[in-house]
Amino acid sequence: SNPWLSISAQLLLPRKREFCLGVLPDGVDRTSDAFSRNSEAMDGFISELRSHISKVLAGGGPEAVKRNKSRNKLLPRERIDRLLDPGSSFLELSQLAGHELYDEPLPSAGIITGIGPVHGRLCMFVANDPTVKGGTYYPITVKKHLRAQEIAARCNLPCIYLVDSGGAFLPKQAEVFPDRDNFGRIFYNQAVMSAEGLPQIALVLGSCTAGGAYIPAMADESVMVKGNGTIFLAGPPLVKAATGEEVSADDLGGASVHCKTSGVSDYFAQDEMHALALGRSIIKNLHLAGKDGLINGLQNINQDFKEPLYDARELRSIAPTDHKQSFDIRSVIARIVDGSEFDEFKKLYGTTLITGFARIFGQPVGIIGNNGILFNESALKGAHFIELCTQRNIPLVFLQNITGFMVGSRSEANGIAKSGAKMVMAVSCAKVPKVTIIVGGSFGAGNYAMCGRAYSPNFLFLWPNARISVMGGAQAAGVLSQIEKSNKKKQGIQWDKEEEERFKAKVVEAYETEGSSYYSTARLWDDGIIDPADTRKIIGLCVSASRNRAPEDTKFGVFRM
Amino acid sequence: SHSNSNTQPAPRIDKILIANRGEIACRIIRTARRLGIQTVAVFSDADRNSLHVKSADEAVHIGPSPARLSYLNAPSIVDAASRTGAQAIHPGYGFLSESADFAQLCEDEGLTFIGPPISAIRHMGDKSASKRIMGAAGVPLVPGYHGTAQDIDTMKLEADKIGYPILIKPTHGGGGKGMRIVHSPNEFIDAFLGAQREAAASFGISTILLEKYITQPRHIEVQIFGDTHGNVLHLYERDCSVQRRHQKIIEEAPAPNVLDDFRSHLGQAAVSAAKAVGYYSAGTVEFIVDTISGQFYFMEMNTRLQVEHPVTEMIVGQDLVEWQIRVANGESLPITQEQVPLLGHAFEARIYAENVPKGFLPATGRLHHYCPVPVSESIRVETGVEQGDAVSVHYDPMIAKLVVWGESRAAALVKLKHCLTKFEVAGVPTNINFLLKLANHHAFECGDVETHFIERYKDDLFVNPSNLLVAKEAYEATGLNARLAAACIVSLEHSKLTEKFSGNDLHSIWYSPPPFRVHHCASRTIEFEWENQYDSSASKPFPLTITYQQDGGFLIENAESGSSAVEVKVAHLGKHNFRVEVDGVIMEVRLAIYSKDQTKHVHIWHGSNHHHFKQKLGVNLADEDESQHKPGLEAASKHPQGTVVAPMAGLVVKVLMKNGDEVGEGQSVLVLEAMKMEHVVKAPMAGQIYGLHVAPGQQVSDASILFSVKKN
Repeated sequence: SNPWLSISAQLLLPRKREFCLGVLPDGVDRTSDAFSRNSEAMDGFISELRSHISKVLAGGGPEAVKRNKSRNKLLPRERIDRLLDPGSSFLELSQLAGHELYDEPLPSAGIITGIGPVHGRLCMFVANDPTVKGGTYYPITVKKHLRAQEIAARCNLPCIYLVDSGGAFLPKQAEVFPDRDNFGRIFYNQAVMSAEGLPQIALVLGSCTAGGAYIPAMADESVMVKGNGTIFLAGPPLVKAATGEEVSADDLGGASVHCKTSGVSDYFAQDEMHALALGRSIIKNLHLAGKDGLINGLQNINQDFKEPLYDARELRSIAPTDHKQSFDIRSVIARIVDGSEFDEFKKLYGTTLITGFARIFGQPVGIIGNNGILFNESALKGAHFIELCTQRNIPLVFLQNITGFMVGSRSEANGIAKSGAKMVMAVSCAKVPKVTIIVGGSFGAGNYAMCGRAYSPNFLFLWPNARISVMGGAQAAGVLSQIEKSNKKKQGIQWDKEEEERFKAKVVEAYETEGSSYYSTARLWDDGIIDPADTRKIIGLCVSASRNRAPEDTKFGVFRM
Repeated sequence: SHSNSNTQPAPRIDKILIANRGEIACRIIRTARRLGIQTVAVFSDADRNSLHVKSADEAVHIGPSPARLSYLNAPSIVDAASRTGAQAIHPGYGFLSESADFAQLCEDEGLTFIGPPISAIRHMGDKSASKRIMGAAGVPLVPGYHGTAQDIDTMKLEADKIGYPILIKPTHGGGGKGMRIVHSPNEFIDAFLGAQREAAASFGISTILLEKYITQPRHIEVQIFGDTHGNVLHLYERDCSVQRRHQKIIEEAPAPNVLDDFRSHLGQAAVSAAKAVGYYSAGTVEFIVDTISGQFYFMEMNTRLQVEHPVTEMIVGQDLVEWQIRVANGESLPITQEQVPLLGHAFEARIYAENVPKGFLPATGRLHHYCPVPVSESIRVETGVEQGDAVSVHYDPMIAKLVVWGESRAAALVKLKHCLTKFEVAGVPTNINFLLKLANHHAFECGDVETHFIERYKDDLFVNPSNLLVAKEAYEATGLNARLAAACIVSLEHSKLTEKFSGNDLHSIWYSPPPFRVHHCASRTIEFEWENQYDSSASKPFPLTITYQQDGGFLIENAESGSSAVEVKVAHLGKHNFRVEVDGVIMEVRLAIYSKDQTKHVHIWHGSNHHHFKQKLGVNLADEDESQHKPGLEAASKHPQGTVVAPMAGLVVKVLMKNGDEVGEGQSVLVLEAMKMEHVVKAPMAGQIYGLHVAPGQQVSDASILFSVKKN
């Protein structure tokens, strides 16, 4: 009605740029030794990664898979594929959780989690793998389940539980059952998310015993498959032991009982395909009108984005495997942002931290990347940039390759701790979506300022070459050996060179193991190891999933000035 | 011809009513339009939205769907003409086109009947009378009996006199309806009675004639044309020998392997025949040519424009409908016999909705996909239907006539084959694949045609499912097409998703191809079932696994056969056209997809192959009551032994048995009629009839249970 409104709206539309100051140069010398050395090393990393991945994709081994198939059951990833919109993407999380964590292998921790769309709505999937230890919950299984729920709550995602589990893994009950973030938390989360209006949907495709029975029971809506699906607090053997009653599994807690008599389940499925189809129709019928979310994401997404100018696969050759080697993080940014366009903020100040604006799949992001040690100026610049992004509701992407803050008397005198604290304050309080990718080292307080796991980024992924520890192995060995040496000196023991070297080597070896990406990902310190070439896509999917809720105002604490 | 400048020019026709439907109505409207003449269409209930109604300037509703209540309802049609002010009626072919009574009614109402003189229609409509006239005019006739005595003893005696094999034919009607061939005296009575009954049902007149049956005949007919000034000329002949169920399916002009001398004799005989009845307008004189003796005999004269008139038009470069209108206006023929050119060669293939393996039984259904070949100077598609139209039980199941022209017979044949491979129909079974087989047959290529062509070469033309080598080859070709179709479907799905989520949508990244998976390739399965046109009992499953490749291509494997995976890249060219690359070979592929009865139907055309696959839609959402009867394919195909189902939708015209009767194997139990064709339903085995609940006059649907036979 008001003609001026439409005109001003047009003025707000992005103009076609005739020239772009922000296009990043290639920045990579393909003929250099470093390039070929890096790519060779990364090839090794990736082929190792692929072989681990192919093992976990096979589930609990050919025998268990065959048994599963003979029961007319699909594997968990196949189940998810059939729930997803055909031809859509799926962001699977922590595929290598549980890797070499226990005496026995536990592929993907026995549970598949990830995000994908169903009828155009992004959902969090949590699918037990019945071929892995009968789908029972090890401690890491619980942790992975809870992490998926955490992301769902953060990103406003309806949860779909594909239940096929024998419940808690009894031999490890002490690590599974009692603590705050143990088994019981799963149902607590279901209740809280349901209260917040996040739909909780359970498809009972197999057994669902004991504590597991609460997953469908706590769900908003649940589906059960005739024959395969059972829900009971205690299975027939335990019932017989407890009460002497002899009853078959199906009569005790089959789909008929729960859909017709008990009301524990709402939809009766003839077979697994039917159950999955019912799952899709439940999501289709969700009507979340009036709920928060989606508003934020609808703004300012450029659909006509350009791909980066440079080949994303070259990221495999850019990441140095020798962490002493430095590289320009801009060559990474150039390969993940739309059109390789990056408008750098404070380019000439605090140059070891790169900050700037870009778009990934049309979605605006603020990028913070390391180009060396963090100095006073770099930390201040980082804090400033985070404030900017929170003001404007721009999601933050952290590209971590950080050995730490600058040490030494000059630095301390300049108040490096104060500057670092400012950046940590900004990172902690920023309420915009945050995605962290560790592309190299992640050491010490640098991990904190660059939004490490403790700072609850919405998502955190590692490149295979990544290393995480409080400091480098050599430095740690140096510090520890000095302490040990002085201790020994107090006891009057002379430490010979050889012994000292052995001591140091031991420390280095431990750091080597514990700092590796596999060690991290097995324990769920991250959401997965990724191929550097997939970085752009994964950040794009993460930002998209994170934008699924309405913006929140950021309130910072006291910045020490 | 002459002209008289003193007389007032007769009022010219400027508005025509077309008393017909389908392609011929559209065909006539096209010419009328070109001449600036207004057109009025008529329609029954079933045809309210038909193409011929949309094509005309005006259209008038003339009655319910059955033809006898609409397109055969002469008063209603004449009334439509007077209501709209049309001065002339073009009857097309079929329906009232050869009804002298209708022509008379037109004349009585002051309407011009665009066709021959009423007397000619009357004379030629009676086959016995026509033969008498032709015999008197010196046109050669087949030995036979054309007498009025119709009692069975006389008939049998006459038959024995002529000698077997013998042809029994109703004197009225045409199109092979009611015709019977009798090879030996003991078959005669059954056949005679059947012919009589069918003739009575179809034409209302049950008079029968007998003729010597020529074992290797060709059907050659001559197009003649006359004006009201006494000029008659012929426009060469057409060969219509290739027939199934006594109905033409491929016609050509001129006739192949015919000497010029023979041609001019034939033409002259036809002109003599026409002159003998004072003929004007378009007509066809049909001859039977004995390929052994080289003799030709007069069979009948069709006093109308024929279905296959376009092949003649193509070789003489004239518009026969225009000529009909000019003659109706009293003009002289535009050219003389000497001026009639003979240009190249033309074929017409009639595309029918029919079940070829079920003995060419007419089929009904919706044309879910209909995309005929593009027309050009040398390619004509005469059609009266559009995509989405239904082929109903009420009328002829012809979908279209494909007419091609070439400089020579060989050139025209190449074009015919090409056009048949590009003629896309999905939703109803058609005879297109069969026509293609015919066109590709070496004997047809040589022009070595006769009316028993299909019967003679049936081993080549029909796939024998027990031939393992052929079956294996067919399976392999099908396997490739299944993969191509799967790739196209997946690619199509992507273009749809991209379209749906382009614009300002939050989640478009989740749908950008190829679907992303962490550290592995996304894959999916498509379970096709091959609908084998020639072996409906053995529809074969094709479960395919499609793996999305990083470069946007697909790796496709048959999950069961274990044959090697094929890498396929697809470019969607818009609508239903695709360009597909397989192993470095790029090919054009066309696809039609529609859903019917909880099933997705996928048709693929690629090269000369056309395959039909079915995909179960979703899951069977049966109720939870496990005891509930589950409907589905299984139930339909698994009747107990001895159950007889309707081979087609149709009308029960006669029930010969009743429950409890004893029958022998192959014994006739009841007679169905569909598309004006009678079909006798026989007992599948010897035994006792039970469960027979149908009665004459009852409409039955396809595959519905008619009766059962219990073994004693």
